[in-house]
Amino acid sequence: MLDATTSRFDRLPDAPGVGYKPQHFSDILRAANPVDWLEIHAENYMGDGGRPIAQLRHLAERFPISVHGVGLSIGGEGRLDADHLARLKHLVTWLQPASFSEHLAWSTHDSHFLNDLLPLPYTEETLTRVCRHIDELQEAIGRRVLLENPSTYLAFAESEMAEVEFLAEIARRTGCGLLLDVNNVFVSATNQQTDPVAYIEAFPHAQVGEIHLGGHDEDADETGAPLLIDSHGREVIDPVWALYAHTIEVGGAKPTLIEWDTDVPDWPVLAAEAHRAAQILEQAET
Amino acid sequence: MVSQDDFTQAILDAGRAVPSGLINPSGAPANKRFDVYRNNVAVSLTEALESAFPILRKLLGEPNFKLLAGAYLRKHPPSSPLMMFYGEAMPEFLRSFDPVRDIGYLPDVARLELAMRQSYHAADSEPIKPESLHGMPPEHLMAARLELAPAARLIRSRWPVYSIWRYNTESDAPKPAAEGQNVLITRAEFDPAPNLLPPGGGTFLAALLTRETFGAALESAVEQVPDFDIRSVLTLLLQGGAIAAITNEVPA
Repeated sequence: MLDATTSRFDRLPDAPGVGYKPQHFSDILRAANPVDWLEIHAENYMGDGGRPIAQLRHLAERFPISVHGVGLSIGGEGRLDADHLARLKHLVTWLQPASFSEHLAWSTHDSHFLNDLLPLPYTEETLTRVCRHIDELQEAIGRRVLLENPSTYLAFAESEMAEVEFLAEIARRTGCGLLLDVNNVFVSATNQQTDPVAYIEAFPHAQVGEIHLGGHDEDADETGAPLLIDSHGREVIDPVWALYAHTIEVGGAKPTLIEWDTDVPDWPVLAAEAHRAAQILEQAET
Repeated sequence: MVSQDDFTQAILDAGRAVPSGLINPSGAPANKRFDVYRNNVAVSLTEALESAFPILRKLLGEPNFKLLAGAYLRKHPPSSPLMMFYGEAMPEFLRSFDPVRDIGYLPDVARLELAMRQSYHAADSEPIKPESLHGMPPEHLMAARLELAPAARLIRSRWPVYSIWRYNTESDAPKPAAEGQNVLITRAEFDPAPNLLPPGGGTFLAALLTRETFGAALESAVEQVPDFDIRSVLTLLLQGGAIAAITNEVPA
């Protein structure tokens, strides 16, 4: 049923996009000025047919689509799931998306999928493993992928290098691009008590193919230290917008996604967030 | 070194100690920080089960369903990243989970909900036109095999699963009576719908699904229910777009 289509969109524009939610389908099609592109979670479009696939085919005719995988477990100790690689290949083959991205994280162990993006230590051993998995992924789906920096809540005593260094080295060894999640930078830096501005300034911006923005929740750990939780359930906060503006200043305009995955608001709220990103991107260009 | 095996065990069992080597910015053990991951996993899997089993959740009530989900996700963590199919072991789990094992109809309600979800994600298919069935000479029809649409599902139950489903989704539906019911799920376009089959309908469709001829399927249904209402079953199939093909094997 799913014949290969040649997409008119071979790259994401340096403009705002939003994470697509089915409840916004008709709003997006009706809007006079909807967003410039849409992102989907790969795993939600791996059924054989029905409404999800039909909606996606329809949207892909009008919008560049970014496919964002959340389930490959690139940071996993075990081998990549061959069945899942085949499903990803099938999806990118028929959809021909403008971009494909995944996470620096693991989620599957011993065939148990935990449905969360779990952290890994940054060592020579994990670096070698992640690079091998990215080579395998890029080989399997026949395209360059973007790898996203995680939001983290704790650190590993065994880590030997900084996250930026780890990501830069992965990009250098595998030729993959990077997805810079500015909210994750803010969340991790707060949780790890490091400097988010220094992180942004050290990041290899030439490899960045996409930026993510989202909302987070605030909590504290048992010592009273701030503990931010990457929930994607509310507006982007002002300090994250400021960090984003700085990112654009340092690295130039990039395709920028608003992520809102829980307590998803009505379309106008999401569109307003995208509009705010557009204003920052426009300022960078003038 | 913290292995992913230790990490996984500690995520799924809150009674286990947080693996040592996971630290906060001062280098102290990151206990509450680890709980964020425990919580993310439990909450996201519970939510996946809530969207898979809305009727079960309604029948048990929110607090009981959460207890059930918590026990289920620890015994049966997902075996694939396709959350749309998570919960496949729920019918068996309900038969063995002490607090509800005596509620006999729950496993069949779970089967119905799983089938509705499978139907929603099943492959699209072009249904046959009613004329191609109605216009067929009876001897050809008897020898033909009907191929059901990928989105069609048959649930046979000794409980009133259809009535339970209606009672929990429609405001003025009658109270379920004690009887067995067979349900045909059809998906005319994108939304799966359960249909109550007349007596004998389960036998007839089960025979079609095992690729028996129309005549053989009809015979087994009539054997069981002499006044089997084949017309109403065909109407359900045609209205629901549930016949994908008729394979004609013209008798020699």
